[in-house]
Amino acid sequence: MKRRSRFILSVLAFGYAFLYVPLASVIFYSFNDSRLATVWGGFSTRWYGELFRNDQVLDSAFLSLRIALTVATLATIFGTMAGMALTRFGRFRGRTLFSGMITSPMVMPEVITGLSLLLLFVSLQQLIGWPAQRGFGTITIAHTTFAMAYVAIIVQSRLSAMDESLEEAAMDLGGRPLRVVFDITLPLIAPAMIAGWLLAFTLSLDDLVISSFVSGPGASTLPMLIFSKVKLGVTPDINALATLIILFVTSGVLIAWWISRRAQRQTG
Amino acid sequence: MIAVAGFRRDMLWQRFTIAIPYLWLLVFFLAPFAIILKISLADPIIAQPPFTPFFDGQGGVAATVDSYLFLLTDKLYAVTYLKSVFMAAVATLLCLALGFPMAYGIARADEGTRNLLLLLIVLPFWISFLLRVYAWMGLLNNHGVINNVLIWLQVIDKPIAFMYTDFAIYVGLVYSYLPFMVLPLYATLERMDLDLVDAAQDLGARPSQAFWDITWPLARPGVIAGCLLVFIPAMGEYVIPYLLGGPESLLIGRVLFDEFFVNRDWPLASAVAIVLLLLLVVPIVFLQRSQARDAEGHA
Repeated sequence: MKRRSRFILSVLAFGYAFLYVPLASVIFYSFNDSRLATVWGGFSTRWYGELFRNDQVLDSAFLSLRIALTVATLATIFGTMAGMALTRFGRFRGRTLFSGMITSPMVMPEVITGLSLLLLFVSLQQLIGWPAQRGFGTITIAHTTFAMAYVAIIVQSRLSAMDESLEEAAMDLGGRPLRVVFDITLPLIAPAMIAGWLLAFTLSLDDLVISSFVSGPGASTLPMLIFSKVKLGVTPDINALATLIILFVTSGVLIAWWISRRAQRQTG
Repeated sequence: MIAVAGFRRDMLWQRFTIAIPYLWLLVFFLAPFAIILKISLADPIIAQPPFTPFFDGQGGVAATVDSYLFLLTDKLYAVTYLKSVFMAAVATLLCLALGFPMAYGIARADEGTRNLLLLLIVLPFWISFLLRVYAWMGLLNNHGVINNVLIWLQVIDKPIAFMYTDFAIYVGLVYSYLPFMVLPLYATLERMDLDLVDAAQDLGARPSQAFWDITWPLARPGVIAGCLLVFIPAMGEYVIPYLLGGPESLLIGRVLFDEFFVNRDWPLASAVAIVLLLLLVVPIVFLQRSQARDAEGHA
Protein backbone atom coordinates (compact mmCIF):
# COMPACT_ATOMS: atom_id res chain seq x y z
CA MET A 1 0.00 0.00 0.00
CA LYS A 2 2.75 2.40 0.99
CA ARG A 3 4.81 1.61 -2.09
CA ARG A 4 1.84 2.21 -4.34
CA SER A 5 0.98 5.60 -2.89
CA ARG A 6 4.60 6.67 -3.29
CA PHE A 7 4.29 5.67 -6.96
CA ILE A 8 1.05 7.65 -7.29
CA LEU A 9 2.63 10.66 -5.59
CA SER A 10 5.62 10.68 -7.90
CA VAL A 11 3.40 10.38 -11.00
CA LEU A 12 1.27 13.25 -9.70
CA ALA A 13 4.37 15.37 -9.11
CA PHE A 14 5.72 14.53 -12.56
CA GLY A 15 2.35 15.18 -14.20
CA TYR A 16 1.89 18.59 -12.65
CA ALA A 17 5.49 19.56 -13.38
CA PHE A 18 4.90 18.46 -16.97
CA LEU A 19 1.81 20.69 -17.13
CA TYR A 20 3.30 23.78 -15.55
CA VAL A 21 7.05 23.91 -16.30
CA PRO A 22 6.51 24.98 -19.94
CA LEU A 23 4.17 27.80 -18.86
CA ALA A 24 6.60 28.91 -16.16
CA SER A 25 9.43 28.99 -18.67
CA VAL A 26 7.44 31.21 -21.05
CA ILE A 27 6.69 33.64 -18.21
CA PHE A 28 10.33 33.62 -17.11
CA TYR A 29 11.73 34.37 -20.57
CA SER A 30 9.20 37.11 -21.24
CA PHE A 31 11.28 39.26 -18.87
CA ASN A 32 14.45 38.52 -20.82
CA ASP A 33 16.20 41.59 -22.17
CA SER A 34 17.94 39.65 -24.95
CA ARG A 35 16.42 39.48 -28.41
CA LEU A 36 17.53 35.84 -28.55
CA ALA A 37 14.60 34.26 -26.82
CA THR A 38 16.48 31.60 -24.87
CA VAL A 39 19.71 33.37 -23.96
CA TRP A 40 19.36 35.23 -20.68
CA GLY A 41 20.34 38.87 -21.10
CA GLY A 42 19.11 40.41 -17.86
CA PHE A 43 15.72 41.42 -16.52
CA SER A 44 13.62 43.75 -18.62
CA THR A 45 10.00 44.61 -19.31
CA ARG A 46 10.69 46.20 -22.67
CA TRP A 47 8.83 43.51 -24.66
CA TYR A 48 5.65 44.42 -22.84
CA GLY A 49 6.10 48.02 -23.87
CA GLU A 50 6.65 47.04 -27.49
CA LEU A 51 3.54 44.90 -27.38
CA PHE A 52 1.37 47.87 -26.48
CA ARG A 53 2.89 49.96 -29.25
CA ASN A 54 2.23 47.26 -31.85
CA ASP A 55 -0.95 48.22 -33.74
CA GLN A 56 -1.22 44.83 -35.43
CA VAL A 57 -1.34 43.07 -32.06
CA LEU A 58 -3.82 45.55 -30.62
CA ASP A 59 -6.12 45.39 -33.68
CA SER A 60 -6.25 41.62 -33.74
CA ALA A 61 -6.71 41.43 -29.97
CA PHE A 62 -9.63 43.83 -30.28
CA LEU A 63 -11.17 41.80 -33.12
CA SER A 64 -10.76 38.58 -31.09
CA LEU A 65 -12.41 40.15 -28.05
CA ARG A 66 -15.34 41.47 -30.08
CA ILE A 67 -15.88 38.06 -31.66
CA ALA A 68 -15.55 36.25 -28.33
CA LEU A 69 -18.09 38.50 -26.60
CA THR A 70 -20.64 38.06 -29.39
CA VAL A 71 -20.01 34.31 -29.62
CA ALA A 72 -20.30 33.76 -25.88
CA THR A 73 -23.63 35.57 -25.74
CA LEU A 74 -25.15 33.89 -28.81
CA ALA A 75 -23.85 30.47 -27.78
CA THR A 76 -25.29 30.85 -24.28
CA ILE A 77 -28.74 31.73 -25.66
CA PHE A 78 -28.83 28.96 -28.28
CA GLY A 79 -27.09 26.45 -26.03
CA THR A 80 -29.51 27.05 -23.16
CA MET A 81 -32.47 26.68 -25.53
CA ALA A 82 -31.01 23.42 -26.84
CA GLY A 83 -30.24 22.12 -23.37
CA MET A 84 -33.82 22.82 -22.26
CA ALA A 85 -35.28 21.26 -25.38
CA LEU A 86 -33.33 18.08 -24.70
CA THR A 87 -34.21 17.75 -21.01
CA ARG A 88 -37.62 19.34 -20.46
CA PHE A 89 -39.72 18.98 -23.60
CA GLY A 90 -39.99 15.20 -23.70
CA ARG A 91 -39.92 13.49 -27.09
CA PHE A 92 -40.28 15.54 -30.23
CA ARG A 93 -39.82 14.75 -33.87
CA GLY A 94 -36.17 14.75 -34.88
CA ARG A 95 -34.87 14.63 -31.31
CA THR A 96 -32.22 12.00 -32.08
CA LEU A 97 -30.80 14.06 -34.94
CA PHE A 98 -30.91 17.13 -32.73
CA SER A 99 -28.96 15.60 -29.86
CA GLY A 100 -26.49 14.15 -32.36
CA MET A 101 -25.92 17.56 -33.94
CA ILE A 102 -25.48 19.12 -30.51
CA THR A 103 -22.64 16.86 -29.42
CA SER A 104 -20.91 16.33 -32.78
CA PRO A 105 -19.24 19.75 -33.14
CA MET A 106 -17.43 19.09 -29.85
CA VAL A 107 -15.70 15.98 -31.10
CA MET A 108 -15.31 16.89 -34.76
CA PRO A 109 -11.67 17.55 -35.76
CA GLU A 110 -11.27 21.28 -36.29
CA VAL A 111 -9.91 20.95 -39.81
CA ILE A 112 -13.15 19.27 -40.90
CA THR A 113 -15.42 21.83 -39.21
CA GLY A 114 -13.38 24.69 -40.63
CA LEU A 115 -13.28 23.34 -44.17
CA SER A 116 -16.98 22.46 -44.23
CA LEU A 117 -18.03 25.90 -42.97
CA LEU A 118 -15.83 27.72 -45.44
CA LEU A 119 -17.27 25.70 -48.31
CA LEU A 120 -20.76 26.56 -47.02
CA PHE A 121 -19.97 30.28 -46.93
CA VAL A 122 -18.44 30.15 -50.40
CA SER A 123 -21.49 28.32 -51.81
CA LEU A 124 -23.88 30.71 -50.07
CA GLN A 125 -22.02 33.66 -51.50
CA GLN A 126 -22.45 32.23 -54.99
CA LEU A 127 -26.10 31.47 -54.45
CA ILE A 128 -27.44 34.49 -52.56
CA GLY A 129 -24.52 36.87 -52.39
CA TRP A 130 -24.16 36.55 -48.65
CA PRO A 131 -21.70 36.67 -46.88
CA ALA A 132 -20.21 39.33 -49.15
CA GLN A 133 -16.91 39.16 -47.28
CA ARG A 134 -15.48 36.85 -44.70
CA GLY A 135 -14.31 38.12 -41.33
CA PHE A 136 -16.09 39.08 -38.14
CA GLY A 137 -19.47 37.65 -39.21
CA THR A 138 -18.31 34.33 -40.58
CA ILE A 139 -15.90 33.70 -37.68
CA THR A 140 -18.68 34.52 -35.21
CA ILE A 141 -21.07 32.07 -36.87
CA ALA A 142 -18.44 29.33 -36.97
CA HIS A 143 -17.45 29.78 -33.32
CA THR A 144 -21.07 29.96 -32.16
CA THR A 145 -21.78 26.62 -33.82
CA PHE A 146 -19.21 24.69 -31.80
CA ALA A 147 -19.40 26.80 -28.63
CA MET A 148 -23.18 26.36 -28.27
CA ALA A 149 -22.57 22.61 -28.09
CA TYR A 150 -20.52 23.08 -24.93
CA VAL A 151 -23.12 25.36 -23.37
CA ALA A 152 -25.89 22.90 -24.25
CA ILE A 153 -24.02 20.04 -22.56
CA ILE A 154 -23.36 22.07 -19.40
CA VAL A 155 -26.99 23.29 -19.18
CA GLN A 156 -28.31 19.83 -20.02
CA SER A 157 -26.31 18.13 -17.28
CA ARG A 158 -27.34 20.79 -14.76
CA LEU A 159 -31.01 20.41 -15.73
CA SER A 160 -30.97 16.63 -15.58
CA ALA A 161 -29.24 16.67 -12.19
CA MET A 162 -31.79 19.21 -10.95
CA ASP A 163 -34.97 18.23 -9.20
CA GLU A 164 -37.96 18.83 -11.45
CA SER A 165 -40.32 19.08 -8.47
CA LEU A 166 -39.87 22.84 -8.07
CA GLU A 167 -40.96 23.45 -11.63
CA GLU A 168 -43.80 20.95 -11.27
CA ALA A 169 -44.98 22.59 -8.06
CA ALA A 170 -45.02 25.99 -9.74
CA MET A 171 -47.08 24.57 -12.60
CA ASP A 172 -49.47 22.83 -10.19
CA LEU A 173 -49.99 26.17 -8.52
CA GLY A 174 -51.13 27.55 -11.84
CA GLY A 175 -47.93 29.04 -13.21
CA ARG A 176 -47.89 28.95 -16.98
CA PRO A 177 -44.94 27.10 -18.55
CA LEU A 178 -43.34 30.27 -19.87
CA ARG A 179 -43.56 32.03 -16.49
CA VAL A 180 -42.16 28.95 -14.79
CA VAL A 181 -39.19 28.96 -17.14
CA PHE A 182 -38.34 32.58 -16.42
CA ASP A 183 -39.17 32.57 -12.69
CA ILE A 184 -37.89 29.15 -11.66
CA THR A 185 -35.82 27.31 -14.24
CA LEU A 186 -33.56 30.07 -15.54
CA PRO A 187 -32.55 31.39 -12.11
CA LEU A 188 -31.75 27.82 -11.03
CA ILE A 189 -29.53 27.12 -14.04
CA ALA A 190 -27.91 30.57 -14.00
CA PRO A 191 -24.58 29.21 -12.66
CA ALA A 192 -24.47 26.68 -15.51
CA MET A 193 -25.22 29.45 -18.00
CA ILE A 194 -22.44 31.62 -16.60
CA ALA A 195 -20.01 28.70 -16.75
CA GLY A 196 -21.14 28.07 -20.33
CA TRP A 197 -20.68 31.72 -21.26
CA LEU A 198 -17.15 31.74 -19.88
CA LEU A 199 -16.28 28.50 -21.65
CA ALA A 200 -17.68 29.76 -24.95
CA PHE A 201 -15.76 33.03 -24.53
CA THR A 202 -12.49 31.20 -23.94
CA LEU A 203 -13.03 28.68 -26.74
CA SER A 204 -13.69 31.50 -29.19
CA LEU A 205 -10.71 33.53 -28.03
CA ASP A 206 -8.49 30.47 -28.33
CA ASP A 207 -9.54 29.12 -31.72
CA LEU A 208 -7.01 29.15 -34.52
CA VAL A 209 -7.81 26.44 -37.06
CA ILE A 210 -11.50 27.17 -37.69
CA SER A 211 -10.85 30.93 -37.81
CA SER A 212 -8.06 30.40 -40.34
CA PHE A 213 -10.49 28.62 -42.64
CA VAL A 214 -13.49 30.94 -42.41
CA SER A 215 -11.67 34.27 -42.18
CA GLY A 216 -11.03 36.41 -45.20
CA PRO A 217 -8.13 38.65 -46.17
CA GLY A 218 -7.56 41.49 -43.76
CA ALA A 219 -9.38 39.94 -40.81
CA SER A 220 -6.83 38.39 -38.51
CA THR A 221 -7.69 37.22 -35.00
CA LEU A 222 -5.11 37.22 -32.22
CA PRO A 223 -4.36 33.46 -32.48
CA MET A 224 -3.97 33.83 -36.26
CA LEU A 225 -1.47 36.65 -35.75
CA ILE A 226 0.41 34.69 -33.07
CA PHE A 227 0.52 31.63 -35.30
CA SER A 228 1.97 33.57 -38.22
CA LYS A 229 4.73 34.89 -35.94
CA VAL A 230 5.32 31.63 -34.08
CA LYS A 231 5.89 29.75 -37.36
CA LEU A 232 9.17 31.63 -37.56
CA GLY A 233 10.29 30.56 -34.09
CA VAL A 234 10.34 31.68 -30.47
CA THR A 235 10.40 35.46 -30.01
CA PRO A 236 10.47 37.54 -26.82
CA ASP A 237 7.44 39.66 -27.69
CA ILE A 238 5.28 36.53 -28.12
CA ASN A 239 6.58 35.40 -24.71
CA ALA A 240 5.31 38.67 -23.26
CA LEU A 241 1.94 38.32 -25.01
CA ALA A 242 1.66 34.70 -23.83
CA THR A 243 2.43 35.76 -20.27
CA LEU A 244 -0.32 38.37 -20.33
CA ILE A 245 -2.82 35.83 -21.68
CA ILE A 246 -1.76 33.21 -19.11
CA LEU A 247 -2.15 35.70 -16.25
CA PHE A 248 -5.49 36.97 -17.60
CA VAL A 249 -6.95 33.47 -17.97
CA THR A 250 -5.54 32.23 -14.66
CA SER A 251 -7.03 35.08 -12.68
CA GLY A 252 -10.36 34.62 -14.49
CA VAL A 253 -10.46 30.91 -13.70
CA LEU A 254 -9.44 31.49 -10.07
CA ILE A 255 -12.17 34.09 -9.59
CA ALA A 256 -14.78 31.80 -11.19
CA TRP A 257 -13.57 28.93 -8.99
CA TRP A 258 -13.76 31.05 -5.87
CA ILE A 259 -17.28 32.28 -6.70
CA SER A 260 -18.57 28.78 -7.45
CA ARG A 261 -17.08 27.44 -4.21
CA ARG A 262 -18.70 30.19 -2.23
CA ALA A 263 -22.04 29.52 -3.94
CA GLN A 264 -21.68 25.81 -3.17
CA ARG A 265 -20.98 26.49 0.50
CA GLN A 266 -24.01 28.72 0.73
CA THR A 267 -26.41 26.22 -0.81
CA GLY A 268 -24.72 23.11 0.60
CA MET B 1 -60.49 30.71 -22.45
CA ILE B 2 -57.70 33.12 -21.63
CA ALA B 3 -55.77 30.34 -19.94
CA VAL B 4 -56.08 28.18 -23.05
CA ALA B 5 -54.81 30.96 -25.25
CA GLY B 6 -51.92 31.48 -22.88
CA PHE B 7 -51.15 27.80 -22.87
CA ARG B 8 -51.15 27.76 -26.64
CA ARG B 9 -48.76 30.63 -26.67
CA ASP B 10 -46.51 28.67 -24.37
CA MET B 11 -46.57 25.64 -26.64
CA LEU B 12 -45.65 27.91 -29.50
CA TRP B 13 -42.82 29.27 -27.43
CA GLN B 14 -41.65 25.73 -26.74
CA ARG B 15 -41.54 25.00 -30.46
CA PHE B 16 -39.63 28.20 -31.00
CA THR B 17 -37.09 27.15 -28.34
CA ILE B 18 -36.47 23.93 -30.22
CA ALA B 19 -36.58 25.45 -33.69
CA ILE B 20 -33.96 28.17 -33.27
CA PRO B 21 -30.96 26.02 -32.26
CA TYR B 22 -32.25 23.22 -34.52
CA LEU B 23 -32.28 25.40 -37.62
CA TRP B 24 -28.92 26.93 -36.73
CA LEU B 25 -27.34 23.48 -36.52
CA LEU B 26 -29.03 22.27 -39.70
CA VAL B 27 -27.69 25.23 -41.67
CA PHE B 28 -24.26 25.65 -40.09
CA PHE B 29 -23.41 22.10 -39.09
CA LEU B 30 -25.25 19.53 -41.20
CA ALA B 31 -25.54 21.37 -44.52
CA PRO B 32 -21.77 22.02 -44.74
CA PHE B 33 -21.16 18.27 -44.73
CA ALA B 34 -23.45 17.84 -47.71
CA ILE B 35 -21.43 20.55 -49.46
CA ILE B 36 -18.09 18.91 -48.62
CA LEU B 37 -19.43 15.64 -50.01
CA LYS B 38 -20.65 17.38 -53.16
CA ILE B 39 -17.38 19.17 -53.80
CA SER B 40 -15.32 16.06 -53.12
CA LEU B 41 -17.31 14.28 -55.82
CA ALA B 42 -17.48 17.18 -58.25
CA ASP B 43 -15.49 17.22 -61.42
CA PRO B 44 -13.02 20.05 -61.78
CA ILE B 45 -15.38 22.26 -63.81
CA ILE B 46 -17.89 22.58 -60.98
CA ALA B 47 -15.12 22.58 -58.39
CA GLN B 48 -13.38 25.52 -60.03
CA PRO B 49 -15.58 28.36 -58.89
CA PRO B 50 -14.71 31.75 -60.35
CA PHE B 51 -13.50 33.06 -57.01
CA THR B 52 -10.38 30.90 -57.17
CA PRO B 53 -8.55 32.44 -60.08
CA PHE B 54 -5.58 30.16 -59.38
CA PHE B 55 -7.54 27.36 -60.97
CA ASP B 56 -8.55 29.01 -64.20
CA GLY B 57 -6.79 27.59 -67.21
CA GLN B 58 -4.34 25.56 -65.17
CA GLY B 59 -3.58 22.17 -66.63
CA GLY B 60 -2.56 20.68 -63.29
CA VAL B 61 -6.08 20.74 -62.00
CA ALA B 62 -7.21 18.15 -64.49
CA ALA B 63 -5.33 15.54 -62.44
CA THR B 64 -8.11 15.66 -59.82
CA VAL B 65 -10.81 14.18 -62.02
CA ASP B 66 -11.54 11.70 -59.29
CA SER B 67 -10.16 12.80 -55.97
CA TYR B 68 -10.99 9.57 -54.21
CA LEU B 69 -9.24 7.51 -56.86
CA PHE B 70 -6.25 9.77 -56.40
CA LEU B 71 -6.36 9.21 -52.64
CA LEU B 72 -6.44 5.47 -53.21
CA THR B 73 -3.67 5.30 -55.79
CA ASP B 74 -1.22 7.76 -54.27
CA LYS B 75 0.66 5.88 -51.57
CA LEU B 76 1.44 9.09 -49.69
CA TYR B 77 -2.13 9.43 -48.48
CA ALA B 78 -2.48 5.84 -47.26
CA VAL B 79 0.81 6.21 -45.38
CA THR B 80 -0.31 9.54 -43.91
CA TYR B 81 -3.64 8.16 -42.71
CA LEU B 82 -1.94 5.14 -41.15
CA LYS B 83 0.67 7.30 -39.51
CA SER B 84 -2.02 9.60 -38.11
CA VAL B 85 -3.91 6.64 -36.64
CA PHE B 86 -0.70 5.23 -35.20
CA MET B 87 0.51 8.49 -33.66
CA ALA B 88 -2.92 9.35 -32.25
CA ALA B 89 -3.15 5.85 -30.75
CA VAL B 90 0.32 6.05 -29.17
CA ALA B 91 -0.41 9.52 -27.80
CA THR B 92 -3.69 8.18 -26.35
CA LEU B 93 -1.89 5.32 -24.59
CA LEU B 94 0.76 7.71 -23.23
CA CYS B 95 -2.02 9.97 -21.92
CA LEU B 96 -3.66 6.97 -20.30
CA ALA B 97 -0.40 5.79 -18.70
CA LEU B 98 0.21 9.23 -17.21
CA GLY B 99 -3.41 10.22 -16.67
CA PHE B 100 -4.65 7.11 -14.86
CA PRO B 101 -2.31 7.31 -11.85
CA MET B 102 -2.92 11.06 -11.73
CA ALA B 103 -6.72 10.67 -11.73
CA TYR B 104 -6.39 7.90 -9.16
CA GLY B 105 -4.23 10.06 -6.93
CA ILE B 106 -6.63 13.00 -7.23
CA ALA B 107 -9.67 10.82 -6.45
CA ARG B 108 -7.94 9.51 -3.32
CA ALA B 109 -6.80 12.90 -2.02
CA ASP B 110 -8.81 14.55 0.75
CA GLU B 111 -11.47 16.96 -0.35
CA GLY B 112 -9.69 20.30 -0.09
CA THR B 113 -6.59 19.06 -1.89
CA ARG B 114 -8.75 17.30 -4.45
CA ASN B 115 -10.47 20.51 -5.53
CA LEU B 116 -7.15 22.28 -5.88
CA LEU B 117 -5.61 19.41 -7.86
CA LEU B 118 -8.63 19.34 -10.18
CA LEU B 119 -8.40 23.07 -10.70
CA LEU B 120 -4.74 22.67 -11.65
CA ILE B 121 -5.72 20.03 -14.23
CA VAL B 122 -8.42 22.24 -15.75
CA LEU B 123 -6.42 25.46 -15.76
CA PRO B 124 -4.08 24.63 -18.69
CA PHE B 125 -7.16 23.66 -20.70
CA TRP B 126 -8.37 27.27 -20.43
CA ILE B 127 -5.03 28.74 -21.46
CA SER B 128 -4.62 29.12 -25.19
CA PHE B 129 -3.91 25.83 -26.93
CA LEU B 130 -1.58 27.57 -29.37
CA LEU B 131 0.45 29.16 -26.60
CA ARG B 132 0.83 25.85 -24.80
CA VAL B 133 2.30 24.29 -27.94
CA TYR B 134 4.43 27.38 -28.37
CA ALA B 135 5.77 26.93 -24.83
CA TRP B 136 7.26 23.60 -25.88
CA MET B 137 9.05 25.23 -28.80
CA GLY B 138 11.02 27.22 -26.25
CA LEU B 139 11.79 24.12 -24.20
CA LEU B 140 12.71 21.66 -26.96
CA ASN B 141 14.78 24.01 -29.10
CA ASN B 142 18.46 23.24 -29.81
CA HIS B 143 19.21 26.29 -27.66
CA GLY B 144 16.13 25.67 -25.58
CA VAL B 145 15.70 25.24 -21.86
CA ILE B 146 15.99 21.44 -21.76
CA ASN B 147 19.18 21.33 -23.83
CA ASN B 148 20.69 24.21 -21.86
CA VAL B 149 19.99 22.46 -18.56
CA LEU B 150 21.32 19.12 -19.80
CA ILE B 151 24.52 20.77 -21.08
CA TRP B 152 24.91 22.72 -17.86
CA LEU B 153 24.53 19.47 -15.88
CA GLN B 154 27.12 17.98 -18.27
CA VAL B 155 24.82 15.10 -19.15
CA ILE B 156 25.41 15.90 -22.81
CA ASP B 157 27.96 18.11 -24.55
CA LYS B 158 26.04 18.76 -27.77
CA PRO B 159 22.36 19.73 -27.92
CA ILE B 160 19.92 16.94 -28.76
CA ALA B 161 17.65 17.73 -31.70
CA PHE B 162 14.25 17.37 -30.03
CA MET B 163 12.43 19.79 -32.27
CA TYR B 164 10.98 18.75 -35.62
CA THR B 165 10.81 15.08 -34.64
CA ASP B 166 8.02 12.63 -33.90
CA PHE B 167 9.12 12.80 -30.28
CA ALA B 168 8.23 16.49 -30.16
CA ILE B 169 4.81 15.74 -31.68
CA TYR B 170 4.14 13.12 -29.00
CA VAL B 171 5.14 15.57 -26.27
CA GLY B 172 2.82 18.19 -27.76
CA LEU B 173 -0.10 15.78 -28.12
CA VAL B 174 0.22 14.35 -24.60
CA TYR B 175 0.66 17.82 -23.15
CA SER B 176 -2.35 19.29 -24.94
CA TYR B 177 -4.78 16.42 -24.42
CA LEU B 178 -3.83 15.18 -20.93
CA PRO B 179 -6.72 17.08 -19.23
CA PHE B 180 -9.20 15.34 -21.58
CA MET B 181 -7.93 12.02 -20.24
CA VAL B 182 -7.68 12.89 -16.55
CA LEU B 183 -11.13 14.47 -16.15
CA PRO B 184 -13.37 11.56 -17.30
CA LEU B 185 -11.08 9.10 -15.48
CA TYR B 186 -11.38 11.14 -12.32
CA ALA B 187 -15.18 11.27 -12.71
CA THR B 188 -15.48 7.45 -12.73
CA LEU B 189 -12.79 6.86 -10.10
CA GLU B 190 -14.38 9.39 -7.78
CA ARG B 191 -17.77 7.67 -8.03
CA MET B 192 -16.16 4.30 -7.37
CA ASP B 193 -16.36 2.92 -3.86
CA LEU B 194 -12.72 2.85 -2.84
CA ASP B 195 -13.54 0.62 0.13
CA LEU B 196 -13.86 -2.22 -2.38
CA VAL B 197 -10.12 -2.09 -3.04
CA ASP B 198 -9.33 -2.01 0.65
CA ALA B 199 -11.70 -4.90 1.24
CA ALA B 200 -10.04 -6.96 -1.49
CA GLN B 201 -6.62 -6.25 0.00
CA ASP B 202 -7.82 -7.09 3.50
CA LEU B 203 -8.98 -10.40 2.09
CA GLY B 204 -5.47 -11.05 0.86
CA ALA B 205 -5.41 -9.72 -2.70
CA ARG B 206 -2.10 -8.28 -3.80
CA PRO B 207 -2.31 -4.59 -4.83
CA SER B 208 -1.83 -5.44 -8.51
CA GLN B 209 -4.50 -8.13 -8.28
CA ALA B 210 -6.94 -5.74 -6.58
CA PHE B 211 -6.20 -3.17 -9.27
CA TRP B 212 -6.87 -5.45 -12.24
CA ASP B 213 -9.86 -7.21 -10.67
CA ILE B 214 -11.64 -4.22 -9.16
CA THR B 215 -10.33 -0.76 -10.06
CA TRP B 216 -9.74 -1.33 -13.75
CA PRO B 217 -13.17 -2.86 -14.62
CA LEU B 218 -14.96 -0.17 -12.60
CA ALA B 219 -12.94 2.58 -14.29
CA ARG B 220 -13.60 1.26 -17.80
CA PRO B 221 -16.28 3.81 -18.81
CA GLY B 222 -13.86 6.61 -17.90
CA VAL B 223 -11.00 4.91 -19.72
CA ILE B 224 -13.09 4.58 -22.87
CA ALA B 225 -14.37 8.17 -22.75
CA GLY B 226 -10.89 9.55 -22.01
CA CYS B 227 -9.24 7.56 -24.80
CA LEU B 228 -11.82 8.68 -27.37
CA LEU B 229 -11.62 12.31 -26.24
CA VAL B 230 -7.86 12.20 -26.85
CA PHE B 231 -7.79 10.03 -29.95
CA ILE B 232 -10.42 11.83 -32.05
CA PRO B 233 -8.97 15.36 -31.95
CA ALA B 234 -5.40 14.03 -32.07
CA MET B 235 -6.22 12.36 -35.41
CA GLY B 236 -7.06 15.67 -37.06
CA GLU B 237 -4.40 17.74 -35.29
CA TYR B 238 -2.87 20.52 -37.37
CA VAL B 239 -1.06 22.96 -35.10
CA ILE B 240 1.11 20.46 -33.20
CA PRO B 241 2.61 18.68 -36.23
CA TYR B 242 3.05 22.02 -37.96
CA LEU B 243 4.95 23.72 -35.13
CA LEU B 244 6.76 20.80 -33.49
CA GLY B 245 6.98 18.15 -36.20
CA GLY B 246 9.49 17.85 -39.01
CA PRO B 247 8.73 18.09 -42.72
CA GLU B 248 8.53 14.30 -42.95
CA SER B 249 6.08 13.87 -40.08
CA LEU B 250 3.01 14.55 -42.17
CA LEU B 251 -0.22 14.01 -40.33
CA ILE B 252 -3.55 14.01 -42.11
CA GLY B 253 -4.82 17.23 -40.53
CA ARG B 254 -1.82 19.07 -41.88
CA VAL B 255 -2.13 17.43 -45.32
CA LEU B 256 -5.77 18.55 -45.50
CA PHE B 257 -4.84 22.10 -44.52
CA ASP B 258 -1.99 22.29 -47.04
CA GLU B 259 -4.03 20.63 -49.76
CA PHE B 260 -6.59 23.36 -49.32
CA PHE B 261 -4.50 26.45 -48.68
CA VAL B 262 -1.18 25.69 -50.37
CA ASN B 263 -2.19 23.49 -53.31
CA ARG B 264 -5.67 25.06 -53.48
CA ASP B 265 -7.08 21.69 -54.48
CA TRP B 266 -10.55 21.95 -52.98
CA PRO B 267 -12.02 18.66 -54.25
CA LEU B 268 -9.02 16.73 -52.98
CA ALA B 269 -9.09 18.51 -49.60
CA SER B 270 -12.80 17.68 -49.36
CA ALA B 271 -12.14 14.05 -50.20
CA VAL B 272 -9.38 13.93 -47.54
CA ALA B 273 -11.90 15.33 -45.04
CA ILE B 274 -14.58 12.81 -45.98
CA VAL B 275 -12.20 9.86 -45.62
CA LEU B 276 -10.98 11.20 -42.25
CA LEU B 277 -14.59 11.52 -41.17
CA LEU B 278 -15.30 7.92 -42.22
CA LEU B 279 -12.32 6.78 -40.15
CA LEU B 280 -13.66 8.69 -37.16
CA VAL B 281 -17.35 7.81 -37.47
CA VAL B 282 -17.02 4.64 -35.41
CA PRO B 283 -15.15 6.24 -32.47
CA ILE B 284 -17.40 9.33 -32.57
CA VAL B 285 -20.64 7.32 -32.46
CA PHE B 286 -19.12 5.17 -29.73
CA LEU B 287 -18.27 8.25 -27.68
CA GLN B 288 -21.75 9.74 -28.12
CA ARG B 289 -23.37 6.49 -27.02
CA SER B 290 -21.23 6.29 -23.91
CA GLN B 291 -21.90 9.94 -23.08
CA ALA B 292 -25.64 9.51 -23.59
CA ARG B 293 -25.58 6.50 -21.27
CA ASP B 294 -23.63 8.53 -18.76
CA ALA B 295 -26.11 11.43 -18.93
CA GLU B 296 -29.04 9.07 -18.37
CA GLY B 297 -27.19 7.40 -15.51
CA HIS B 298 -26.90 10.80 -13.82
CA ALA B 299 -30.57 11.63 -14.14
